[in-house]
Amino acid sequence: MNNGNEKISGSEALIRALIQEGVDTIFGYPGGAIMPVYDALFDHLDKIRHILVRHEQGATHAAEGYARASGKTGVCMVTGGPGATNTLTGIADAMLDSTPIVVLAGQIATEFIGTDAFQEVDFTCVTQPICKWSYQISSPEEITWAVARAFFIARSGRPGPVVLSIAKNAQVGLTAYVPQKVNYIRSYDDDPEIDMSRIEEAAAAINSAKKPFVLAGQGIELGNAQDEFRAFVEKGDLPFGCTLLGLSVLPSSHPLNMGMLGMHGNYCNNVKTNECDVLVAVGMRFDDRVTGNLETYARQAKVIHLDIDPAEIGKNVPVDIPVLGNCRKTLALLTERLSRADRSEWKDSFEAYRREEYEKVIRKELYPGSGPLNMGEVVNAVSEAVGHNAILVTDVGQNQMMAARYFKFTSMRSILTSGGMGTMGYCIPAAVGACVARPDRTVCAFTGDGGLQMTVQEFGTIMEQKLPVKLILLNNSYLGNVRQWQQLFFNRRYAFTHLENPDFQMVASAYGIPSRRVTERPGLKDAIREMLETDGPFLLEACVAEEGNVMPMTPPGQSIDNMLMEC
Amino acid sequence: MEDTVLYTIIVHSENFSGILNQIAAVFTRLQVNIESLNVSASSMKNVHKFTISCKTTPKNMDKILGQINKKMDVINASCYTDDEIFQSEIAMFKISTDEFKNSDDTSRLLRGYNTHIVEVTPDFIVVELAGSSEAINSLYRELTRIGCAVKQFVRSGKVAVTASPLEKVSDLLAKRAERYKDRLQ
Repeated sequence: MNNGNEKISGSEALIRALIQEGVDTIFGYPGGAIMPVYDALFDHLDKIRHILVRHEQGATHAAEGYARASGKTGVCMVTGGPGATNTLTGIADAMLDSTPIVVLAGQIATEFIGTDAFQEVDFTCVTQPICKWSYQISSPEEITWAVARAFFIARSGRPGPVVLSIAKNAQVGLTAYVPQKVNYIRSYDDDPEIDMSRIEEAAAAINSAKKPFVLAGQGIELGNAQDEFRAFVEKGDLPFGCTLLGLSVLPSSHPLNMGMLGMHGNYCNNVKTNECDVLVAVGMRFDDRVTGNLETYARQAKVIHLDIDPAEIGKNVPVDIPVLGNCRKTLALLTERLSRADRSEWKDSFEAYRREEYEKVIRKELYPGSGPLNMGEVVNAVSEAVGHNAILVTDVGQNQMMAARYFKFTSMRSILTSGGMGTMGYCIPAAVGACVARPDRTVCAFTGDGGLQMTVQEFGTIMEQKLPVKLILLNNSYLGNVRQWQQLFFNRRYAFTHLENPDFQMVASAYGIPSRRVTERPGLKDAIREMLETDGPFLLEACVAEEGNVMPMTPPGQSIDNMLMEC
Repeated sequence: MEDTVLYTIIVHSENFSGILNQIAAVFTRLQVNIESLNVSASSMKNVHKFTISCKTTPKNMDKILGQINKKMDVINASCYTDDEIFQSEIAMFKISTDEFKNSDDTSRLLRGYNTHIVEVTPDFIVVELAGSSEAINSLYRELTRIGCAVKQFVRSGKVAVTASPLEKVSDLLAKRAERYKDRLQ
């Protein structure tokens, strides 16, 4: 086919370069400035599946969902101007959550750049502060280099989004196809050198600790270090709590897994964070939702931080022993040096707080007996019905916190949620990406009535692709999380948080998506059974208590262990 | 509120377009003003050098360095306080030739500051002073004080060399290439 002298269009070179990077799926939306690439793609549909979304923001979240569920790099392709700017939310979301995606955006021809031509936006400049690398391809010769570099950057080191703007003349100009491979960039230390003296120090600190506590973040999944993490905590008998994005690093049922950290996390974890003598953070970034007030956060503890990103170490919490490096390597080195320990007494001390949380919060949330449905009981019932074995996708807000608290996991890469950005509308498109990435797994997507309406157009994508998303709408007719804060901190002044909603079943049926509405407890299990037994997508609308609250909760600005159990 | 410190940041980067913008955006994000900026080629081919000075808190400076170092095409960035560097800048003063000829004070002052004359025309002379920011400030102040009308005044961004031995960028890159040599084969 290619004898080396053959000249092909930049668009054809782009598609070949994507195939060479192992791309088999693109989430996209065509438009004027990307048409030549779409035309080239049309000849390669045997190798690349294109999922036509209904809005470019959806393409980015779908690419994120695909990346998080598969461990591969997600790809989306859009036109320039508004098509490009519509991806900004997804790019920023991927940046904060370290999700590897590559955004390919069309751009007007270089000769018109700077003239305010139709759909001209300086997309490279706009995206630079919110992505790992943004580059404008101005000639066809640059394409294979830029694509190879983009994929290397997106997936290596601390992963993140990369943006390529491709000028129209680069798409249509002719070039020889010269395949490129990038696995080293001299200005980019993607696998930092491990300082062995820090490993020795950290191991000694853990070995001599009486009350060590481990914080597990998404970095463990991103580094494919699940086995190394398991060996580490098991050898040292180290109890651990998970960040929101780290919830599926080890099964929820693992005896050392104490649940979630932070504002709506498990009480024992927040108490023990402020009681432990050594705190070991692995692949997490001490987000304010995890730490609460920094002035009172783990002040008594010697802090060990394992991270691949030097900018994270000491950023929020002072670190006593920084361990820079890929945690797959650093965890293994630490584990070799750990003495086998039995910390039963320390672990048992978590129990009283677990019991208190169970009695004051969990029992009431999951087994209320009477009254309207609770969000938590719906989540719990779905999780049980899928044997805790599904991929969880959430939107943002109460649905997200309830799902994070009560959905259980048995395997890694099972929680897809917008953690750092808190992007409402993430759920439906991310679920699209998850279904495409993992047709072998059940995808349960929990959303609220607010978030659903932010990206409801992706019902069209679900319909067209016949994606078997099990969508659970926790409908409380409110922007529930904001309403909860209004109740607690704004004297119940519910400013613009009540939603006058459409009939969601009619919306679903317009897209050919079967649905069922449950309002009462007795119908819940049967509705879930019907949802799971239905081939293809299904919308289960659970009408839940309008003023349900996510408890426990650390009020903003408070010490993390100062949790409200009820309100 | 932490006290602010005057820092000089030295950045080495690849010579790609748009890097200045990315570095400047880090300062914008933290609402820190750049006091002085110099960008030039370095001693190494295709490596550019930025010398940036700004006043900010030590805590903000950690964030600034972390974020600059994170930029894909930045090779390294580090910061120094005044006692850790030798620094210099250049200023040019345009003064009317008559004033220079007729005012002993002006010519004495210019000589006293070790300025040197760059250009002389019938209308004006241009003198140049290379030195510390303080020396330049001081000369300008004194010229104003004696009533000398400076027709134009311009100063460059600061440049600096470190007092301590600084690892050369070429050595840093060579070490890094050695660490990644398996990938380079």
